[in-house]
Amino acid sequence: MTLSKSAAPQPKSPAPKARPKGRGIGDSLRDWWGGLSRPAQWGVGVPVIILLALLPLFPPPLLDTPGTSFSGVMAQFAMTALIAVGLNVVVGQAGLLDLGYVGFYAVGAYTVGLLTSPNSPWNQTGGWLNPSWAWIVCVPLAILVTAVSGLILGTPTLRLRGDYLAIVTLGFGEIVRLLADNLGDITNGSLGLSRIAYPRVGVSETHPDGYFSSGNLGDKNSSNLLDRANSGAWWFWLGMTLVIIVLLFVGNLERSRVGRAWVAIREDEDVAEMMGVPTFKFKLWAFMIGAGIGGMSGALYAGQVQFINPTGFNIINSMLFLCAVVIGGQGNKLGVIVGAFLIVYLPNRFMSVNISGQSLGDYKYLFYGVTLVVVMIFRPQGLFPVRQKLLAYGRTVYRAVHRTPGTAVETTGGQR
Amino acid sequence: MSSSLLADAALLANGSIDFNVSGVVDQFWRLTVDGLAYGSIYALVAVGYTLVYGVLRLINFAHSEIFMVGMFGQYIGLMVVGFSPSGNVYSEGIVLTVVYLLVAMIFGMLVSGATAVGLERIAYRPLRKRGAKPLIFLITAIGMSFVLQEFVHYVLPKFSTELGGTNAQQPIMLVRATEQFTIFGASVTNVTLVIIVAAVILAATTEILINRTKFGRGIRAVAQDPDTATLMGVSRERIIMLTFLLGGLLAGAAAMLYTLKIPNGIIYSGGFILGIKAFSAAVLGGIGNLRGALLGGLLLGLAENYGQILFGTQWRDVVAFVVLVAVLMFRPTGILGESLGRARV
Repeated sequence: MTLSKSAAPQPKSPAPKARPKGRGIGDSLRDWWGGLSRPAQWGVGVPVIILLALLPLFPPPLLDTPGTSFSGVMAQFAMTALIAVGLNVVVGQAGLLDLGYVGFYAVGAYTVGLLTSPNSPWNQTGGWLNPSWAWIVCVPLAILVTAVSGLILGTPTLRLRGDYLAIVTLGFGEIVRLLADNLGDITNGSLGLSRIAYPRVGVSETHPDGYFSSGNLGDKNSSNLLDRANSGAWWFWLGMTLVIIVLLFVGNLERSRVGRAWVAIREDEDVAEMMGVPTFKFKLWAFMIGAGIGGMSGALYAGQVQFINPTGFNIINSMLFLCAVVIGGQGNKLGVIVGAFLIVYLPNRFMSVNISGQSLGDYKYLFYGVTLVVVMIFRPQGLFPVRQKLLAYGRTVYRAVHRTPGTAVETTGGQR
Repeated sequence: MSSSLLADAALLANGSIDFNVSGVVDQFWRLTVDGLAYGSIYALVAVGYTLVYGVLRLINFAHSEIFMVGMFGQYIGLMVVGFSPSGNVYSEGIVLTVVYLLVAMIFGMLVSGATAVGLERIAYRPLRKRGAKPLIFLITAIGMSFVLQEFVHYVLPKFSTELGGTNAQQPIMLVRATEQFTIFGASVTNVTLVIIVAAVILAATTEILINRTKFGRGIRAVAQDPDTATLMGVSRERIIMLTFLLGGLLAGAAAMLYTLKIPNGIIYSGGFILGIKAFSAAVLGGIGNLRGALLGGLLLGLAENYGQILFGTQWRDVVAFVVLVAVLMFRPTGILGESLGRARV
């Protein structure tokens, strides 16, 4: 906090000492971050990212997951973080509750699967795509296909609001899964598609299938970081890179006219429409962008596990993604990433802890459910509530006008 | 997405959707009778959605789990009175069968009703006190739905090894399905008869309760205008509690009827699909409308049964979802529209 006062002057925001106490670590952190200049933000951000990237190579003793590979968990986390950021655009920014987000995830995964798996009927003759570059070609294709499917789903349904939209999207997610399950001639039904392509990088004597192959177990004693990393770490790095790219993209969108339109729609759709915001257009944008990010994550997933089947895309996963967004704090990009970390990491951490013969990891949905209810009742804005810039500016103006010395102005960080 | 995919010519050529129109025509009456049986079960569950929506403007997402808990309630009830719910055991004698049926229904209703009221107490009331937004309610409902499912999945087996767990429960073979008579060549079994008759009686009772009693007037008053109703001396909290109770009781009864139809359907995740179907039924008829829920349930049951022969049995659940999406897109207020709050004094 001391840094924030010295690092950069903050002409527009009120002095931190004017705030009442107990605003939470999220707000103070945000103030500090917002106060840094752009290069300073990079200066702080890059070392943090590097530290994060080294995490799977040198798992800290307390953080390590005894039951499974820690880097595998981190890879899963990166994938879920991507999903959470994408879903956050739809749910957090634009306020459209999407319960069928796993449908887009499935579309992305199946796009890669159908194009590269030998089980796919389109691919019986060995595939049109050369395995050495198949995956990397499929990722943009997957994004495109899911964005288009978002457009197709959104065009008719975005007239609906709130609960109804939630239920329609739920139906969509379930329809995608049932189609994948039942169109056996194309998707190989419940048997799924195996041997899906993955990026072939670093093929050598020691890594016959490249770094990203699941056969790459890593060498724990190697001093060469590239050799030390197993496939999980490589996928984690790739995932984090994509997350950062997406964060920059979404962050820029957020600060643009589109982002302001989303906030307006979320806060009050009727008023937004009346003030001349073409709400339908922007809702569709949110849906498409969210879908595209979900598809990217699906492509990542398909490449990592090299096998997909319909059970991986059931509604309960959709709810899980929603958990990440809601627990982290809707609308807060960093918050939803923390949320994604929590929902992926905690079950894996507790997997090896047994209580009366039952692994605690099995209870994860029970805990998710309880957490959802408790968070919604006591902290409906999530662990890291978003402080809306628009509203914050309004409050600043209000405070400037009504400055009464001595009386603390009630700041309404999360009362929405 | 869905409808366009289903109609996609390329998929029809490759996929496994066949249009077995002659099958539907041949088996029309059989499908109709079966569809009505399923439909009346959907209708009973749909009433729960509709009542709560009418009073609170809230889609009680956890209602499907209330139904699921009811299935386990009747299972426990039957174990308590000594009927062994395992394998091919049919009860002997008509009197004993009726007693068992009543025990199963009462236990199912009690457990479901209590769960519904508890759910309202624990999850929804604190939110109402804080004036939360509708989406918050929905997310809480999803959370509670997780909790109830996983409770049955993992916690219940800790108390009794025979209950809950990953696998379906032993089937309850209470009534041997025997043909009673035929309509247009379609055989009507005693099970079908019991389901339809019980559903009609329960639905009629609910209708009378809502339209003729003081409590029903309270529900309608709160549905129409909560503030004015409170001013007129209606206790809103009490009405909400009773609404949840009524919905839960009907879901419990539906759970018993469902088990008659599908004896091995008792599993922790068994509520989800049925809940979605019942919700589709409520939306189809016009959510918030009591008669709409009944009509929607019956129509959905029929549509699903014709659909599974038309497209193939594996598409049975898809039909329900497509109906849901189509209705919401083209007529969000359903066939009969919202009307729990409309004045019918």
